[in-house]
Amino acid sequence: MSTTTTTAGRTRDYPSYSRPLWWRIAFTRESAVIALLVGVLLWAIYGVLYFGTQLTMTFLFLDIAPILLIALPMTAVIVTGEIDLSVASVVGLSSSVLGLLVHHGWSVPLAALVCLVVGLACGALNGFLIAYVGLPSLAVTIGTLALFRGIAVGLLGTTAVTTFPSRWTSLAKAQIGSTGVPVIVIPIVVLAIVFTLLLHFSGFGRGVYDIGLNREAAEFTGVRVARTKFTLFLLTAAVSAFAGIYFTLRFSSSRGDNATGLELQVIAAVLLGGVSIFGGRGGLHGVIAGVLLIGALSSALRLLGVTVNVINIIIGLLLVASVVSTSVLAWISETSARRKNRGRRPSDLPQHAPPGVRTKEKEA
Amino acid sequence: MTTQSPPEAVEAPVEFVAPSRLSASQRFVATVVRSREASIVLVLVLVIVAATIASPSFLFAETSWRDLLLTPSILMLLAVGQAVVVITRSVDLSVGSVLGLTAYLTGRLFVDTNLPIVVVALAAIALGAVLGMVNGLVVALARVPALVITLGTLYIYRGIVLSWAGSNRINASDMPDAFGRLGTQSVLGLPILFLVAVAVLVAVGYYLHTARGGREMYAIGSDPDAAVLYGLPVRRRVFAAFVLSGGLAGLAGVVYAARYGTISSSAGTGIELQAVAAVVIGGVAIFGGSGTVWGAAIGAILLVTINRALPIVGIPDFWQQALVGVLILGAIVLDRILAARRARILVEARDAQGATA
Repeated sequence: MSTTTTTAGRTRDYPSYSRPLWWRIAFTRESAVIALLVGVLLWAIYGVLYFGTQLTMTFLFLDIAPILLIALPMTAVIVTGEIDLSVASVVGLSSSVLGLLVHHGWSVPLAALVCLVVGLACGALNGFLIAYVGLPSLAVTIGTLALFRGIAVGLLGTTAVTTFPSRWTSLAKAQIGSTGVPVIVIPIVVLAIVFTLLLHFSGFGRGVYDIGLNREAAEFTGVRVARTKFTLFLLTAAVSAFAGIYFTLRFSSSRGDNATGLELQVIAAVLLGGVSIFGGRGGLHGVIAGVLLIGALSSALRLLGVTVNVINIIIGLLLVASVVSTSVLAWISETSARRKNRGRRPSDLPQHAPPGVRTKEKEA
Repeated sequence: MTTQSPPEAVEAPVEFVAPSRLSASQRFVATVVRSREASIVLVLVLVIVAATIASPSFLFAETSWRDLLLTPSILMLLAVGQAVVVITRSVDLSVGSVLGLTAYLTGRLFVDTNLPIVVVALAAIALGAVLGMVNGLVVALARVPALVITLGTLYIYRGIVLSWAGSNRINASDMPDAFGRLGTQSVLGLPILFLVAVAVLVAVGYYLHTARGGREMYAIGSDPDAAVLYGLPVRRRVFAAFVLSGGLAGLAGVVYAARYGTISSSAGTGIELQAVAAVVIGGVAIFGGSGTVWGAAIGAILLVTINRALPIVGIPDFWQQALVGVLILGAIVLDRILAARRARILVEARDAQGATA
């Protein structure tokens, strides 16, 4: 229980830099997830019949595309220490709006543009209430989860729009040439590059981590906290709206209850990828590996004839194990460090915030 | 989260609020009327009045009075458990899956064995408590955020009930008639299942309000670090909150089985967000430390009643969820305004005290 906030003034201890570079790269949460992914892929390709085929890979990407898309901005949101539970409802709303407009004779690109604008409006509402009014994001986005889903269901009622121009529905399922790689991978890769640059290689991204680690310090170092959060909620909702357009065209079905429950899958994938729910920690490479891990594992298990129920159990166990393991590893390294430094004052030791208890500066 | 008073303010014990001049009963009435819960009761009454004006049978027909009280019972039980967990600054997302699992267990026991109803109900509650215990153990011992753990157990428990039940469905005819009658019988005009929910509510509410453990839960929720430094048994209380939430979800599973008669593996899917919504509408702060189970229970009744009232006042019930969303947002904005006002009054009182001293 390292709740003491005293900082040792004499020696500044950076425990992570006491190891060689290869050690620091190899022993992270992200590399663990990537290693697990590689292991699962090798096992599936050599041990599971038909997993290595082109068709399986195509469907794997078609299936995980919405989760992968939304997980990119969601990572940034969770790194700031906030959460967005309303993403699946934005997917549903975007799906409803697309169906309604196409049903009334609009062209698909124009209707899709309106969907993106609707998505931005949803994100602006979330962002305004969270960043500028200062309400807790968990509560706000549970509220907008119900609100956006309610509007989506209310717009269409029990009807479902299922007639879309075949040009667009086949585009959603199309492959690049005959490679078996679906076209949706192109926007995913583009967005992944954009978000990687934004989060890991820009001042804005550094600010995002700053906010997650210590909101007040971020404010004092000149990070525009409110504007950053607002932008992130805008981005999340816009990407969710795009995922909604894809979702609708892929299944050529627009219903208010499309993608219900997707928010929990996205968050599970992000957390599995090594992002800390308290903010300030995590990387996109881990998250992408996390999404692919869940997708590949469930696809391989389905091929083996395992039912979706067991897959649910495995994903749940993975999520719990991934979080508990961090805590256990932290505990082990803490006790081994204490043994090594016997005789020194405990406050000289590196201060790890206990994951269950938020320290003052983290929650401020 | 909360603004701490600066350390130099603790030189002398300063009394910010003068003793009230009202009598105890007047004070009680004033507290009740001004309470956060009163605002939800007001909204609830407005909804019921509006629906009754549109269609008098909403309130005055024989069965509708019963339905008005009976339908919210399940969500009330879940909201009470959820409120206790949220007050300790956690959240339990697995209650919907626990409800599904225990409801199916209830049905299964009636089909496979001849156990008396009480034993079956106790078994379901025990299973719920065990599932809650798993949540509590991982959250309290491994000190990992409850949101993540209960999200994981949401999948795990639902996966278990899905593989156990498969596409099986247990119907009312498979269960004893006496159990089915529980869902419809009334005592003094009040449905039995509603009375069960109210009994639980009163017991938990009394515990939180008066018992040492209950007060410690509020203390833990308002500042976990301070609670640790003060020597409160944080782990034990958080663990207990999860066990209670699981046990109540188990009881809700029994009530579900008695109320609806048919149980499939999808029972209670998605109800966890409704339970959290009821708690938030009821004025329990999502970061713990304030709010009451009374508010959470009234929030649950309000959610369910709106659902039934909307078609009557001429709004298609598709819009129900949107209205719930507006209510949640309204509730948290209201809470923010009230908190800001309270902080301002306290600051003014302190400044006034400082000026006279």
